[in-house]
Amino acid sequence: MSPVQDPWPWYVAGPLIGLVVPALLVFGGKTFGLSANLRHACAAAPVPDRAKPGFLRYDWRSAGTWNLVFALGIAVGGFVGIRLLSDPAAPLALSAPTVAALADLGVTDLAGFVPAQLVSWPALATPAGALMVLGGGFLVGFGARWAGGCTSGHAISGLADLQVPSLVAVVGFFAGGLAVTHVLLPLLLA
Amino acid sequence: MRTPTHQLRQADAASGSPRHVDLPAECADAEQVPADLRDRALASGNAPLALLVYGLLGAFLGLVFTKSQVISWFRIYEMFRFESFHMYGVIGSAVVTAAVSVWVIKRLGLTTVHGEPIELAPKQWGDSRVPGARYWMGGVTFGLGWALLGACPGPLVALLGGGVSVMAAALVAALGGTWAYALLRDRLPH
Repeated sequence: MSPVQDPWPWYVAGPLIGLVVPALLVFGGKTFGLSANLRHACAAAPVPDRAKPGFLRYDWRSAGTWNLVFALGIAVGGFVGIRLLSDPAAPLALSAPTVAALADLGVTDLAGFVPAQLVSWPALATPAGALMVLGGGFLVGFGARWAGGCTSGHAISGLADLQVPSLVAVVGFFAGGLAVTHVLLPLLLA
Repeated sequence: MRTPTHQLRQADAASGSPRHVDLPAECADAEQVPADLRDRALASGNAPLALLVYGLLGAFLGLVFTKSQVISWFRIYEMFRFESFHMYGVIGSAVVTAAVSVWVIKRLGLTTVHGEPIELAPKQWGDSRVPGARYWMGGVTFGLGWALLGACPGPLVALLGGGVSVMAAALVAALGGTWAYALLRDRLPH
């Protein structure tokens, strides 16, 4: 392991993420957020406008190009971070109770960033894997647009601007997440 | 400055022309530049050099996401079990950093590098009988998906860029969720 390959502590990563908010504001008056890209991508779908719901008929090029390029950049950053600057063999330093809870669920392969037993192409053929990847993805896309933002738009941008609606949304994020982690996953993987 | 939701809905219904629908006011994360400055901001924001900056900022963010392991399904699971401070430290210090930055920007009346005023439009409460319905209902929906998939939109893209190819299926599902929301939007409380 080297300092480059070691994971970064929260007190380094958090402020660096937070600084993206003023960087976007000062550079282009843009508000940090990512899930609007799902809408931009749907609006850009090559189907006739009359086949699209009104919510998806707008000038996504002028409104969303910056945001789509921003997301593309994240993919590049992910490539550099995962492929070049991480040690794929090194397991995450998860807390002992978490490892034990995962073992209770039958999740013993802790390598990589996702549990291969549940979040992988082969796992898509299982009910649990399909629910987690496809169901989870669907709910992320549906919920982010319904709530008007995701973790970046509400939890970071919205809370940083002391927006009460964003606080409500973040409480909702956690309520949903706690229900899945403490109720649904144990039922699903029992 | 912002059109109330019900007026926009009427405008949506009344116009058949595809490009007529501008960014709805309640989609506060899509574009927060005031309308009178929007055209100029969009023109400057879509210049190739500006897009390069957004791409680089995204790459920086993707790298930080990866190196701090917030893209890990395991870390999200651990967070929802309250068994590690890591995720709370990352999100918390990101919010504090962003909040101080936004406060400084407002306090000093900073403009963008193009000389436009920086304004963060408040999130709208919506017109539902239940105040903030979209925020907690959409929030819970998003939270369910977040914990199942173990990734929100930014980390999803970072994982995809890093070669976790099953995230392509999750991305398609998320686009499906967004499209489903667009179809059902008028029937959902906001």
